[in-house]
Amino acid sequence: MTSDRLLSIEGLRVDLPSRSGSRERRTVIHDVTLSVDDGESVGLVGESGSGKSMTTKATMRLLPPGAKVSGGLTFRGESVLDYSRKELAAYRSRKVSMIYQDPRAHTNPLLTIGDFLVEGVVATGQMSRADALDQACALLVDVGVTDAERRMLQYPHQLSGGLLQRMMIVMALMPSPELILADEPTTALDVTVQSEVMAILAEQIRERSLGMLFITHDLDLAAAVTDTLAVMYAGVIVERGPSDEVYSKPRHPYTAALLKSRPSAVKVERLETIPGRPISAYEAGPGCVFAARCPFATEECREVRPALRQVGGRSVACHRAEDIASELFEGLSA
Amino acid sequence: MSTLTARLSSRRTRTGSVDKVVLVFGTVCGFLILMAVFGPLLAPHPPSQTDILATSQGPSGQHLLGTDSLGRDILSRLLAGARLSFLGPGIIVVVSATAGTALAIAAAWHGGWLDRGLNRVLNVMFAVPGILVAVLAAAVFGAGFWAPVLALSLVYIPYVARVVRSAAVRERRMPYVEACELAGLSAWRICTRHILRNVFPIVMAQATIGFGSALMDFGATSFLGLGVQPPSAEWGLMVSDGRSELLDGALQQSLSAGALIVLTVVSFNIVGERLSSRIGASG
Amino acid sequence: MTTHLLDVHHLRKVFHVGRAKGRSEELVAVDDVSFSLERNSSLAVVGESGSGKTTTARIIAGLESATGGSIELDGKPLASPDSPRSRRLKAREIQMVFQDPFGSLDPRQKVGACIDELLAAHFDHDKAWRRDRTMELLAQVGLDERHADELPRRLSGGQRQRVAIARALSLEPKLLILDEAVSALDVSVQAQVLNLLSDIRESLDITYLFVSHDLAVVRQISDHCIVMDRGRIVEMGSTESVLDSPAEDYTKQLLDAIPRPGWTPSRRRDLPASV
Repeated sequence: MTSDRLLSIEGLRVDLPSRSGSRERRTVIHDVTLSVDDGESVGLVGESGSGKSMTTKATMRLLPPGAKVSGGLTFRGESVLDYSRKELAAYRSRKVSMIYQDPRAHTNPLLTIGDFLVEGVVATGQMSRADALDQACALLVDVGVTDAERRMLQYPHQLSGGLLQRMMIVMALMPSPELILADEPTTALDVTVQSEVMAILAEQIRERSLGMLFITHDLDLAAAVTDTLAVMYAGVIVERGPSDEVYSKPRHPYTAALLKSRPSAVKVERLETIPGRPISAYEAGPGCVFAARCPFATEECREVRPALRQVGGRSVACHRAEDIASELFEGLSA
Repeated sequence: MSTLTARLSSRRTRTGSVDKVVLVFGTVCGFLILMAVFGPLLAPHPPSQTDILATSQGPSGQHLLGTDSLGRDILSRLLAGARLSFLGPGIIVVVSATAGTALAIAAAWHGGWLDRGLNRVLNVMFAVPGILVAVLAAAVFGAGFWAPVLALSLVYIPYVARVVRSAAVRERRMPYVEACELAGLSAWRICTRHILRNVFPIVMAQATIGFGSALMDFGATSFLGLGVQPPSAEWGLMVSDGRSELLDGALQQSLSAGALIVLTVVSFNIVGERLSSRIGASG
Repeated sequence: MTTHLLDVHHLRKVFHVGRAKGRSEELVAVDDVSFSLERNSSLAVVGESGSGKTTTARIIAGLESATGGSIELDGKPLASPDSPRSRRLKAREIQMVFQDPFGSLDPRQKVGACIDELLAAHFDHDKAWRRDRTMELLAQVGLDERHADELPRRLSGGQRQRVAIARALSLEPKLLILDEAVSALDVSVQAQVLNLLSDIRESLDITYLFVSHDLAVVRQISDHCIVMDRGRIVEMGSTESVLDSPAEDYTKQLLDAIPRPGWTPSRRRDLPASV
């Protein structure tokens, strides 16, 4: 059933070698199940330590040495975890592209933008240098850079953050990938520039009907630009469903609490806070990962970890999703 | 020192295993230091006792490493000589690290002309070979223990100051230092209680590396006859003493003293480099 | 006698950006900025990067010197604190909380010692008093005795920011400058700190100058706000009026760019491209 999916992650679990040196490992992702179809934008939202960035790294198989991965990770029905070196190289260079949070850290200050843009596709033999330069120019025009040829001769430090991030979008599109992984692509940008870059990214994705996994901590942003939302907490996806529904009618206490703790752009009232701090997967007890901070937690929640199940048209990992539905909506007048 | 190495090596590397290299060479350093402290007490023979009947002997039951051209027990002289061999570089490292760190933090704190001035002076000092200064000092003040020690103390300042300065400049720009300034704390207090404390591991790593090279340079001045004078036992001097016997096939004196110098330099360098790269990696 | 705590007149700051040897380019970071701040109020300075909002705050705090203009605190001109004595006096009047919760605490100083150090430097009381006061301050920001013996690295970002607030409050300043103080925090933790800041302002006679790029946070925390763009004030007024009925195009653009349900990101054609 999942064979034709663009990207399908099932029960993904990642353990990293513990820093304290002993044999024990710490779990950074406990159980992640999600999928991306062609032309679908999926938002993966979580706070620090939730494992959202680790999920993208696992998807690219870019985990640190010693990491133990279990579960399913398939791309067009092929298991990424079983790829040979060669297949993996092709997967990384042609099928999937990444856009990072900090474009400056991911550009070589000694290369001109032009060299940088064509480096990947030329090095992997997908295009001749001349063709690649032509395509880069065309793509730059697509993302709204009017004087593309002049820009290609410039160096990264001569460009603003917003412009550089547009270069990264072009870079990601160069090999004509099928899936884009965007890891907090606009977090370092000003709001007006964020809007600009998001608009361009969304437009390019739509025009090429690419799949996108959009990683962010910003629930508002994710809800606005993606079709499907997956909310992650402590290495577990706690809620997944159509973006507008998850946003307007959260079914998991964590999603609801996140929405309530965000100051509103239109009114002022005392914020409802979640006690404590976000935890990492390895700090979670045997029960629900959110139990310690959840106002609705019962004995069952603390002892038995809830699995994702269908509730009201989406997947929710909460024992009490039905009982507390009305309470969750309270105070959410969006 | 040995507890320090133990503590430092018990810290784990990023890959998660105990750094065995630091553990091994740190232990070697610890033994060498113990030897410098207790060496004279362990010596089987009085280090200056000559024996005309047994000169330039090979290893035997009575003299484990043989005797030198005056019939003195080489093992005893190595053990006794460790003290002077270590005391010299020890003083050099303490003096240069203290002065270098003070200058570096002052320059980082004050910035401007002081920083530029210090940089220039350091660059000039880098250009001058340490041994040359030590030789000059011995020529001016007379050969002996102190001339090369003082000269090398000066020469080693830039090696500490340059590294510590860049670390201190980094700390200087941290918001916590600005917060301290805004809180009205005195510059002296911020520099000593906050900046110094945070660059201290780097000072220690630099001092450890510096100790190895200082031991070499100090030994070299003795070898040249400008440092520690006979009949005192010192490793560099022993290498020099042994030269005359080399042609007779009595290698043991030069070889054993030389081997100890190499072992010390290598061990301290490796531990120091490891520590400083670890500090760089973690922060 | 004025009721204003802080009066800023025609503040100007020019940075000289060294391009090549001898030649330097002038960068006007703050240009003719004037505003005043009422006692026990909360003023937000809003803008994007390069707007000069942080530079303005840093000048008021005394971390930068102004190129021109004047600042009055309590009707008295605020001299640039060059002598140790004036720095000590100013410390009791203006304190600041920084954005980066990881860099704003000395990594080798325990939380309790960090506050104790300031108390010892400014108040002539014995150790027991300082210990009690430290605990009181930690309690005020929602921490407890256990945290006093921790090094910063054992604390979460939110806890560190609480410590930074407690440290600032320990000197009982009249003005607290918060430079993007909640921007680096997770949403759920940000809400806690915002509530904490509201509580503190209710219980203490303290005035906030809140620098932020986040308009939703600004609405939550401030009574008045100033919108800055490229060193100049483009709009100022009560937070409500500025955010609900912005008069200036720039403010409207900022508001339009906030992601929200049903929002579609928009592309400005006139994006000022950098050189």
